[in-house]
Amino acid sequence: MPLKSAAAIGAIVAALAALYFWRLAALPGALLGNVLVTGFLTGLVYGLMALGLSVIFGVVRVVNFAHGEMMTIAMYASVFLFAALKLDPFITLFPVAIAFFVFGYALQAGLINPFVERPEHSQFMLLVAVAIIMVNVLLMAFGPDARSVQVDYALESFEVGPLVIDKVRVYAAAVAILLASGLFAFFRVTATGRAIRACADNLLGAKVVGLNVKRYYALTFGIGSALVGAAGVLQVMLVDVTPALGPAYTLLAFVIVIVGGLGSMGGALAGGVLIGVSEALAGVAFTPSAKSMFSFALLILVLLLRPRGLLGKKAA
Amino acid sequence: MLSSAQTRRAAIALLALLAVLVALPAFASAYLLSAMVLILYFAYVGQAWNVMMGFVGQLSLGHSLYVGLGAYAAAALYVHFGVSPWIGLWASMGVSLAAGALIGVLAFRFGIGGVYFALLTIAFAEFTRIGFDHFDWVGGSGGFFLPVKQHGVVDLANLRGPPVMFYYIALAMAVAAFVIAWRLRVSRIGYYWLAIRENEDAAQALGINTFRYKMLAILISSAMTSLAGVFFAFYYNNLFPEQIFSMGRSIEIILGPIIGGLGTLFGPVLGAFVLTLLGDGLTEVTSALGLEIPGLKQVFYGVALLVVILFVPNGIWPAMARRLGFGPSKGSK
Repeated sequence: MPLKSAAAIGAIVAALAALYFWRLAALPGALLGNVLVTGFLTGLVYGLMALGLSVIFGVVRVVNFAHGEMMTIAMYASVFLFAALKLDPFITLFPVAIAFFVFGYALQAGLINPFVERPEHSQFMLLVAVAIIMVNVLLMAFGPDARSVQVDYALESFEVGPLVIDKVRVYAAAVAILLASGLFAFFRVTATGRAIRACADNLLGAKVVGLNVKRYYALTFGIGSALVGAAGVLQVMLVDVTPALGPAYTLLAFVIVIVGGLGSMGGALAGGVLIGVSEALAGVAFTPSAKSMFSFALLILVLLLRPRGLLGKKAA
Repeated sequence: MLSSAQTRRAAIALLALLAVLVALPAFASAYLLSAMVLILYFAYVGQAWNVMMGFVGQLSLGHSLYVGLGAYAAAALYVHFGVSPWIGLWASMGVSLAAGALIGVLAFRFGIGGVYFALLTIAFAEFTRIGFDHFDWVGGSGGFFLPVKQHGVVDLANLRGPPVMFYYIALAMAVAAFVIAWRLRVSRIGYYWLAIRENEDAAQALGINTFRYKMLAILISSAMTSLAGVFFAFYYNNLFPEQIFSMGRSIEIILGPIIGGLGTLFGPVLGAFVLTLLGDGLTEVTSALGLEIPGLKQVFYGVALLVVILFVPNGIWPAMARRLGFGPSKGSK
């Protein structure tokens, strides 16, 4: 890295960080604590969403540009099921995740597998096209207005000392951790999980030992989709959904995954928490609408200083 | 390579097309004229983007950044200081060049390519969008408006006038972009670019300063794109960060060249024609049926993009050019 530009970037970062912490220090302690906890819990749900993207990229080597759009579809599914059948999102979670698994499997098997050998930008554009279709079909179906799920316990909270923590947020974060641990176990323990990791680590070797790589790719895309589906169902309890959220979440998932390290599962969760906390802090220190500016700044920094991400392995 | 007969035939066809376009306002309806302005705008900006992606293989998904910066710079100078857009456009180019240079230096010096480069461009565009949402000098998220003066009076110095004036400006821009892209494409630089696009390591090994030539591409592309922003500002008279810097706009810019044919000269033009005409046609049909469906046109764009990528990955122009006898069109015309 050229020394001068590194020094310049360092100086800018230091100045911004100083301003940032100076603004934060002015906040009352209890508020700061609440914001940190809220950001942490939201970040875990973000992490679950990003985990889906990371798993897909790590194995299939295709960047799912429709990730956030899939997230919003899951959010709308939850809104719809709640309005029509009064189903609690924590119940909706399973059918939606299963439906997303099937959808993801079909998408990879039918549309993306033939593209695995094509140039990168070609795959990219394929998924951009899928994303455009998804976001606008949602717009046609539901209109631009915000929708939400209001469960009975939406306004209840736990009080821990000076901290007031929303119940839904705690539950959502707990489910996110549970699902993520399940995924870790799946990749460590089961034969299928290990086969998928083999495809990711050594494609040629996986082919040589006779693994049906394309089938595992489809499985992986299904798993990644199920994760984002679950994340969407959880997320809709925390924020209202509009079609425009799709591209925003796609970007957010990219930011998280790149900050954490593309293809690293732990990195995705850690990145989610980092971005969740940073967004929450920026929201109170400056203005909520400027919060994603900090995420993008973080992305630019990480891309420049540590392109493989905080927990990413060295590029092969 | 093209034979001279094929080149001549292509030149004659292009001149015929140009003649039709020059004569068009004499018999076009107001509606057709506004559609044509849009087509020419996308032809221009698609050409500018194509310099980076089609010629050098650097995928930018954040070209709305340069459009927005160009638009805001010229519009702010005009509204706040009464500076003519003909002077303001230099400021626009300057700002966009600076942004392009920053992105280029960061990306190419630090060896960021492919997907990461695309994400970096998106990140910069989004970062700027949010920044402009809070930039009150140019209206923030509430939008920035140019005063609309008496309609029908042609005031070329301040770019105020009827749609016909904007039509001819857009036509001139599209033609100029075509000529620039063509001259670049057949120059030494153009061949260096192609070498970098096809195999960067090999190009470097052959002694091409890949950093310098990639920088050149992003600078040319960002400066050209900023002029599209100036045009946009003075044609539509209103600017919203939410819209002009959005990723959707960046995607709109790249649809034309991809559908028309990446890296070809006529692809961006053809793509803009096909997309706008079909998209507007669709809107016409649905509104004739009494349906107002927001998002339908974008779904159609998405499907069109999907179909082209699946079945005509090189775009429709190369295939069409062969049919029309403009010669083997691989990457050249």
